[in-house]
Amino acid sequence: MDKSEPIISLRGVTKVFNTENSEVDALIDIDLDIYQGEIYGIIGQSGAGKSTLVRCMNFLERPTKGTVIFNGQNLADLSLRELLKVRQSIGMIFQQFNLLMQRTVLKNVCYPLEIAGVPKKEAEKRAVELLEMVGLSDKINAYPAQLSGGQKQRVAIARAIATKPKVLLCDEATSALDPMTTRSILELLKDINQKFGITIVIITHEMDVIEAICDKVAILENGRIVERGKVEDVFVNPKSEAGKRLVFKSDEQFSEFGSEKVYRIVFNGQSAFEPIISNMVAKFKAPVNILFANIKNIGGKAFGQMLIQLPEDKILTKQMLRYLEERSVKYEEVTQDA
Amino acid sequence: MLDVKTLAMIGRGIIETLYMVIVSTVCAYAIGLPIGLILVITDKDGIRPCPIVNKVLGFIVNLLRSVPFVILMISVTPITRKIVGTTLGTSATIVPLVIASAPYIARLVESSIKEVDPGIIEAARAMGTGTFKLIYKVLIPEAKPSLIVGGAIAITTILGYSAMSGFIGGGGLGDIAVRYGYYRSESDILAVTVAVLIIIVQGFQELGMRLAKRSDKRV
Repeated sequence: MDKSEPIISLRGVTKVFNTENSEVDALIDIDLDIYQGEIYGIIGQSGAGKSTLVRCMNFLERPTKGTVIFNGQNLADLSLRELLKVRQSIGMIFQQFNLLMQRTVLKNVCYPLEIAGVPKKEAEKRAVELLEMVGLSDKINAYPAQLSGGQKQRVAIARAIATKPKVLLCDEATSALDPMTTRSILELLKDINQKFGITIVIITHEMDVIEAICDKVAILENGRIVERGKVEDVFVNPKSEAGKRLVFKSDEQFSEFGSEKVYRIVFNGQSAFEPIISNMVAKFKAPVNILFANIKNIGGKAFGQMLIQLPEDKILTKQMLRYLEERSVKYEEVTQDA
Repeated sequence: MLDVKTLAMIGRGIIETLYMVIVSTVCAYAIGLPIGLILVITDKDGIRPCPIVNKVLGFIVNLLRSVPFVILMISVTPITRKIVGTTLGTSATIVPLVIASAPYIARLVESSIKEVDPGIIEAARAMGTGTFKLIYKVLIPEAKPSLIVGGAIAITTILGYSAMSGFIGGGGLGDIAVRYGYYRSESDILAVTVAVLIIIVQGFQELGMRLAKRSDKRV
């Protein structure tokens, strides 16, 4: 498929849920293009409409208005039989894993192949290969109840990609997992993306997940996309209120620091080996108060952010900021009235 | 007293009862299982919501369930005569037993299937599973332990109904209990039939529970 044509394209997608005595707008006029090979993150707080949005992509939820184009086909135009066929080329994993509890691990991975009409022998061979790839060759005959959360999600991933789908939808796939397991699952997803070129759509409420593996991100709030773009750009310079909230994690964190000037500095691939802050302190002989820091070392480069409080002396502050500029560290003043 | 002849009669009663109960259960499941599945699927939160079918079917099930078995047994005699040719004996009893227990089984099946985690159903739908395959590859296998427990409940209930049918000329242990225990006040025969019924009920219940436990992989 041509790179210039999106694999998933949403236009004006609106979803209204009718409850007993009111209507709830879960999604309002969503336009979204996701291209082949991307890892696209959709982030928002609970109730923002993320889960509904991802379910519109495989028509588990039919949009009230608007169109969903998958791989050049308008899903609304398809017959039920055709839609079922299309769903076989869209894998999906879930927060609660949703494995078939009465089937062994092997039979779980075989399930989508059975549905697709693959002969049993062939299906089992492929399932064994996939389970090897996700590192569970020793659990083939176990039942899901005997596995840990991370192992269950690995089975779910193997199952979701068994039919060689073009897209993998992940609905809060790591939200029920501890941080270490989350990291290993995210690595596995990245691996799958690179090895097979599967486009991945990730729904999450955690910025960490987006930072870890996504290329692009859309921020969803109250059923609307309020900000979107490359992850670096949104991360360095969030424009929307929701974006700022997600990047800063929470408002309270800097509201408690009185009236002094607080700056948020962003590390975006500078060398992790150069101790910029401590060099700065040494150079200006002035204290810098680090209020919050979240820096990751990825391949020798620093990514992350820090909240620092600079001295009250205005000239000194200016000099320090210039020092940061020279080292191409981006910063911005954080307003206190959060 | 409990001579050889009486024991032979009780033995025949046991076989007749088992025959009635097992055949009735199989037939009642043949009707009740699909009805139960339709009730789940056409529910407003089901995979193919269809309020009209759901309401009508639900009404019929409730209607049959609200008629006491003794009354139902008498009122279906014309149907029994059409199907079996007689209203007396073991085979004739099967007809009212099936009519009475099929709606009951439909409700048992409905509640078992509704226990299946909606997330699993959603995952199966996301993988492109159609309605029919969803039923026999997901809903029934996932609900199997609960369906087996329901089966044990159904079979013991049918056993109870079958004993009642002794009053209108059905066969089996119920017939013996009514004729000897009730009309002739031979309390020792009555006691033996009651004991045998208790053993059969316990047996079915125990068997069902064990099978359910063994088939459940969720430990």
